[in-house]
Amino acid sequence: MIRDITIGQYYPAESVLHRLDPRVKFIGTIVYIVSLFIFDNWGYILGSAFLIAMILLSKVPLSFMVRGLKAIVVLLIITMLFNVLLTPGEVLWQFGILRVTEEGLILAGKMGIRLIFLILGASLMTLTTTPTKLTDALEKLMRPLKKIRVPVHEIAMMMSIALRFIPILLEETDKIMKAQMARGADFESGNLIKKVKAMVPLLVPLFVSAFRRANDLALAMEARCYHGGEGRTQMKPLRYQRRDGIAYFILGLYLAAAILLRVLLGW
Amino acid sequence: MSIQLEDVTYTYSPGTAYEMHALDHVSLEIPQGQFVGIIGHTGSGKSTLIQHFNGLMQPTSGRVLYNGEDIWQEGYSLRNLRFHVGLVFQYPEHQLFETTVIGDVCFGPKNQGLTPDECRERAKEALTQVEIPEELYEKSPFDLSGGQKRRVAIAGVLAMNPDVIVLDEPTAGLDPKGRDEILDRVRYLHDTRGITVILVSHSMEDVARYVERLIVMSRGQKKYDGTPREVFSHYKELEKIGLAAPQMTYIMHALAERGLNVDVTAMTVEEARDSILKALGR
Amino acid sequence: MGIIKARKLGYDYYEYEEEGKDPEIVHAVEDVDLDIQAGQFITVLGHNGSGKSTLAKHMNALLVPTEGTMWVDHMDTAQSDDIWKIRQEAGMVFQNPDNQIIATVVEEDVGFGPENLGVPTDEIWRRVDESLQATGMVAYRKQSPNKLSGGQKQRVAIAGVMAMKPKCIILDEPTAMLDPNGRKEVLKAVRELNQAEGVTVILITHYMEEVIYSDKVFVMDEGRLVMQGTPREIFSRVEKLKELRLDVPQVTLLAYELRKKGLPIPEGILTIEELVDEICRFN
Repeated sequence: MIRDITIGQYYPAESVLHRLDPRVKFIGTIVYIVSLFIFDNWGYILGSAFLIAMILLSKVPLSFMVRGLKAIVVLLIITMLFNVLLTPGEVLWQFGILRVTEEGLILAGKMGIRLIFLILGASLMTLTTTPTKLTDALEKLMRPLKKIRVPVHEIAMMMSIALRFIPILLEETDKIMKAQMARGADFESGNLIKKVKAMVPLLVPLFVSAFRRANDLALAMEARCYHGGEGRTQMKPLRYQRRDGIAYFILGLYLAAAILLRVLLGW
Repeated sequence: MSIQLEDVTYTYSPGTAYEMHALDHVSLEIPQGQFVGIIGHTGSGKSTLIQHFNGLMQPTSGRVLYNGEDIWQEGYSLRNLRFHVGLVFQYPEHQLFETTVIGDVCFGPKNQGLTPDECRERAKEALTQVEIPEELYEKSPFDLSGGQKRRVAIAGVLAMNPDVIVLDEPTAGLDPKGRDEILDRVRYLHDTRGITVILVSHSMEDVARYVERLIVMSRGQKKYDGTPREVFSHYKELEKIGLAAPQMTYIMHALAERGLNVDVTAMTVEEARDSILKALGR
Repeated sequence: MGIIKARKLGYDYYEYEEEGKDPEIVHAVEDVDLDIQAGQFITVLGHNGSGKSTLAKHMNALLVPTEGTMWVDHMDTAQSDDIWKIRQEAGMVFQNPDNQIIATVVEEDVGFGPENLGVPTDEIWRRVDESLQATGMVAYRKQSPNKLSGGQKQRVAIAGVMAMKPKCIILDEPTAMLDPNGRKEVLKAVRELNQAEGVTVILITHYMEEVIYSDKVFVMDEGRLVMQGTPREIFSRVEKLKELRLDVPQVTLLAYELRKKGLPIPEGILTIEELVDEICRFN
């Protein structure tokens, strides 16, 4: 059930994309998302080409990525539906207050493509980067914020711990749910209030367990001499390589191309 | 009143690279009132197996019958089945959620639709059976000791008055004292209430002491099914699948090899002692 | 003076039962004296609530005594200046394998300790390699801990401690949540560390069969040290162990039963071979 969600799950493989510095991938993802909003229509050809090239480079099987998309299908349909039904314009089909316009269809199509590309692009980053590296990158990129007393190291550590424990807690949710079902709990039927009430036997044990784990973990970290970011060295410090420079260069070209296409050709 | 599995197969992620048969053509029947042990190491399919008993998992192929009725047929109430086949998961204390011990035990009966008075009655009965003293009833379950918490959680299932109780490693993580308390209570329940007990365990010693029938699972298949004595006679094969017979079995076989005329099927310390003394003519 | 030494060690805490009521003082550990020599393999036995975990936490300065003193490698654990040095020298492995692994990749978790100690990057890699080698986890170094079995997770935790180059390693019921195969696997790893690397091991457990290979056994009950000696000495006192409601290995129990029936078998039998040999002498 819940464990089928594969968005953002690291997929181990040996590829150029896996080896890139996580900072490059992070900035690359932002550049790609920005480019999606620059394009208007034909520009998406460039966007698709870039995305396909990256997916091929990543060596992550397409089926694995598509499976991750399943989880957002509902979100996608709702967004597209809103766009189709609520955009004013030339009416193609009408039924009561519901009407479909040409502009609505086009907009919905664009939104759909944007959303899919956005999810695929972002998940490509998390698929090829271990959560630890990702948080390392964030820590490095946010370092300037330290001057204004943002606890950058702590935030990064919190994120990486959360990433480690999310799968464990999901599994635990599954287990507790089954245990309560074995006692006759009913999570499905009834109205909203009843459903919310039915969640209590699930949520209380889950919170208790999360707190117990947090307590254990804090103790384990202390026992291993963790005392904040000060004086800490890194096993895998981030150092830019030649390939990272090249990657930045390609990203620059891509962004320039996107802007030029839009400005000069109106794509 | 019986649980029947007919050629049950359960496959994880069928059709993908991760395809795995957690259960592989398993057939078995457990008649009412039996005390059955299920043994197998982690990943042998025993947890998957017991979740088929109360319909928490649906077989990929094959049938599960309770009292002769297919539990997956149209219109069969799985929720009702779960009141008859009580399942106690591993570390059941992790499911406690109410503010009082008695409140938590009432959860099952309440779901059965009993009145508050009936629920309390059932809860009290169940708590007495697991030897939780009355002064703890109004305490928070989170303030109890590990062994007590576990007994309260077991009472939570017992209070539904099931005909069958399935316990998934009820002694995991407990110390010897807590372990003996739980197992003795389980035996007591079996003897006094006449309910079927299905005990999943890692410990051959425990199983040898309590059960009348032993099912050994390995790689999703039913490897052996018989009295503990019969099963332990295959002690060399058991080792090959990563299990071991009780220590007594090894001692008795070693003695027999050295020419002592002892009963190699002895499983408990007492049986072994008597057999050795007899063989030595003392 | 040994590597770990306690004198008159006591630890009390307050338990707040209900509001308004006076808190109750709980003596988790009382009046414990012990002296552990470097390189020894020590087992601490006792059932839940006997104070053995509280005692263990003192050896790593996670707790400091409310009475008496605890020294780790001649450092008083109550002196907060030495706390990181103590924790580096006396590493600790906990019961729940899931709740002590911090990183999402095995090798990164092993590197966590050295990172905290400020060890240079190259040296971290060397230590991670060595520790994974010593615990037999090299093949899993790039994996996610979630994909490992319980026994493997505990070996990762042990490797994580080893990478800090400790003088002793304290294992607080590392096998309580494992199946028999996992238990064997962890115990084997621990014994190898003790023998090959000479690390002092303090193993806290309630499984009797894990005791056999230790140099010395401490038995705790109600916060006090009630027995100490070699495994043979401990297991020759079956009555006392039963009284403490601890398990006795079945072999030892059978020997005891036979002796009770008049068969003159020596006390403190630990292995099947020993017992079989003894019994066959009467045939």
